[in-house]
Amino acid sequence: MSTPAVEDVAADVARPQPLAQPSARLGKPRIGRAAAWAFMVAILIVSVFPFWWALRTGLSTNGELFAGEQSLLPVGYTDNNFERVLGTASDEEILESLGRQNTGSFDFLQSLQVSVIVSTAVTVGQVAFSAMAAYAFARLRFRGRDQLFFLFLSGLMIPPIFTLIPNLVLVKNLGWLNSYPGIIAPFFFMTPFAVFFLRQFFLGISREVEEAALLDGAGHFRTFFGIIVPVSAAPLATLSILTYITSWNEFLWPLVVARDPARQPLTVALGQFTAQQPGTSPDWSGLMAGTLLAALPIIVIFLAFGRKVVDSIGFSGIK
Amino acid sequence: MIQTAASSQVSRRRPLFGSSNLHGGWRSAFWFLLPALVGFVAFYLYPALRGVYISFTDWNLIANRGSWVGADNYDRLLNDRQVWESLKITFKYTVINIVTQTILAVAIAVLMDRLTKSVTIRGILLLPWLIPNVIVALLWVWMLDGNLGIVNEFLGLFGMDPVRFFTDTGKVIPSLAGINTWRHMGYTALLIFAGLQTIPRSLYEAAAVDGASERQMFRDITIPLLRPILALVLVITIVGSLQVFDTVFVATGGFGGQPGGPANASRVIYLYIYQNAFDFNQLGYAAAISVLLVAILLTVTFLQLKLLRAGESDLA
Repeated sequence: MSTPAVEDVAADVARPQPLAQPSARLGKPRIGRAAAWAFMVAILIVSVFPFWWALRTGLSTNGELFAGEQSLLPVGYTDNNFERVLGTASDEEILESLGRQNTGSFDFLQSLQVSVIVSTAVTVGQVAFSAMAAYAFARLRFRGRDQLFFLFLSGLMIPPIFTLIPNLVLVKNLGWLNSYPGIIAPFFFMTPFAVFFLRQFFLGISREVEEAALLDGAGHFRTFFGIIVPVSAAPLATLSILTYITSWNEFLWPLVVARDPARQPLTVALGQFTAQQPGTSPDWSGLMAGTLLAALPIIVIFLAFGRKVVDSIGFSGIK
Repeated sequence: MIQTAASSQVSRRRPLFGSSNLHGGWRSAFWFLLPALVGFVAFYLYPALRGVYISFTDWNLIANRGSWVGADNYDRLLNDRQVWESLKITFKYTVINIVTQTILAVAIAVLMDRLTKSVTIRGILLLPWLIPNVIVALLWVWMLDGNLGIVNEFLGLFGMDPVRFFTDTGKVIPSLAGINTWRHMGYTALLIFAGLQTIPRSLYEAAAVDGASERQMFRDITIPLLRPILALVLVITIVGSLQVFDTVFVATGGFGGQPGGPANASRVIYLYIYQNAFDFNQLGYAAAISVLLVAILLTVTFLQLKLLRAGESDLA
C-alpha cells in the first residue's frame, strides 16, 4: 500500500469527527501517562545521578567514606580534595581530606593545559581545512572530484586501531613522540566526517549570491570567506563544538604518543593516576574531585551550546 | 540555468580551462584541497597501506623497523587461541550492548515522542555521551565498587549480597556493557527520536480511527517505518562495541588490577592488539590482528548496506 492512499483514507475518515487527542489514544490515559512519566524521570535521574555522586564524593573526606558512611550528601564535608587536585592544598589539608600520605599524583593544571591546547588546535585546523575541502567538493569542478570525495569518505570505514600503529611509527620517525605536533597532527588537517558534514550544508546554499560574486570578479577565496563561511556560521559552530568535545575525549592516541606526563592530556593523566592507586583504600575523594574537574569544561560547553549539539543528532546519524 | 550562464561567463574570461573545466578546474580547487589532502594521505591513506605492510613484518618499535616475514603473523594468528578468546569476549560485550541499548533507547524515544519535545530533557539524556569514556569509567568504578559502592549499598536495601562487578570473571563484561549502555542510551534514543519525527502523524490518526490499539500501532506502524534508522543504530552500536577500549582499559586497569582483568576475562580484541603492540613490542603481529578486525568491521558495514536497502522505509 502506498503512502498517498493511506493519507487520503486517513483524511477522509478523519474529517467527519474531530481528531482524538494523543493522550486519549492511550487505553487508560491517566495511568499510562503517569507510568510513562515515571519511567522518563527514572531514566533522567539515572543519567545525572553519577555526576552528583562524584560531586558528593569529591566534597567528602576519605576517612568518612571508608567508615562506610552512606548519605546522599557529602560525608565529613571538605573542599580540600579540589584544592589537592589543583595543587593549592597545604600538607595539613592533604592529611585531613586524604587521611594518609599522598600516593600517586598528577599535575592537573599541566594536563588541563595540554587538553586545552590540543583540543583548540585540532578544532581550528580540522574545521578550517575540512571546510575548504568541503567547498571544493560542493562547488568547484575538477577532474576526478567525485572519485576523490568517495576516497575521502572511505576513510570513515578505517577503524582508528588500523592506522594507530603505522601513525605511531610515522610520528616516531618524525621525532614527534611526546610533543604537541605528534598528538595533534593526525586530527589537524581533516576528518572524513567533517568534510562530509560541511559538504552537505554547502550543497544546500543557494548558488545565486555566489554566482553574482564570481561574476563581479571575486575569486573563489573571496567567495568562500566572504559568502560561504558567514552563511554557514551555524553548522561551522556545531561542528566546532563536536570536534572540540571529541578531541577532549580522545584517549588511545595520546596514551601511546605521550608517555611523558608533561604532554599527557587529562584523559590519559587520569587513566594513569588510577593505575598508581592501591587496590585497597584508593583516594576516592581526590579521584572524584579530579574526574569532575576534568569533565567540567565539557559540561560548561554543553550548558552554553547544548541546543546546537542536541539539534545536530539525527542530522546524519554519524555524530 | 543561472549556473550555466555564469559558468560560461567565467570560462569565457578564462578560456584556458575550457568549458569542461567549469569554475577553473584543478588550479583553483588545488589550494582548497591541499591541507585536507595532505592530512588524508599522511594519516589515512598511507598508514592504511603501511598497516597492511607492517602486518607482513616483524616490526619492532624500539628499533622502529622490521623485516619481511611473509604470512608468519597470519599463520600465528590462526593458531592463537587468545585471539579467538578475545573475539568471543568482544562479541559477548557487543551482544549485551545491542540488547540493552536498543530496547532502552526505543522505549525512551517512543515515550519522549508521546510526552515531550523538551530540549532540556533531550540535553540531559545526551550528557553522558559527551563525557570522556575515561571519566565515565571512573565514575562507575567508584559507584560499582565492591566494598563502598553506592550500587551495592542500594542492592543491600533489598537484601542482596554485594556484587563484585569488576573482580568476578563472569560479571566484568556485563558490568562494562552496562556502563557503555548508560553512556549511549540517550544518544541512541535521540537518533531514534529523530527517526520517529519522520513518521506522518496521519498514519496514527487513521489507525486510531480504525480502532487500533497502542500495541498494534507500535508493531504495525512505528517499527516498520523505523526500520532504516534501527538498522543504522544497530550498526553504530555493533561497530562501536567491537572497538571498545578506553572503558575496559581504565575500569579494569586501575587500583592494582590488570587491564583486561580479572584473569583476562575482559581482554577485548582492541586491548589484545594494544598489548601485542605496546606491551610485547610485536607490532607486526598486532597489525595482522588489526587487519582481521578491519575485515570483521567491513563485513558488518557491508551487511548494513544490504540491510538498509532491504529495509528502506515503507514511506520511501
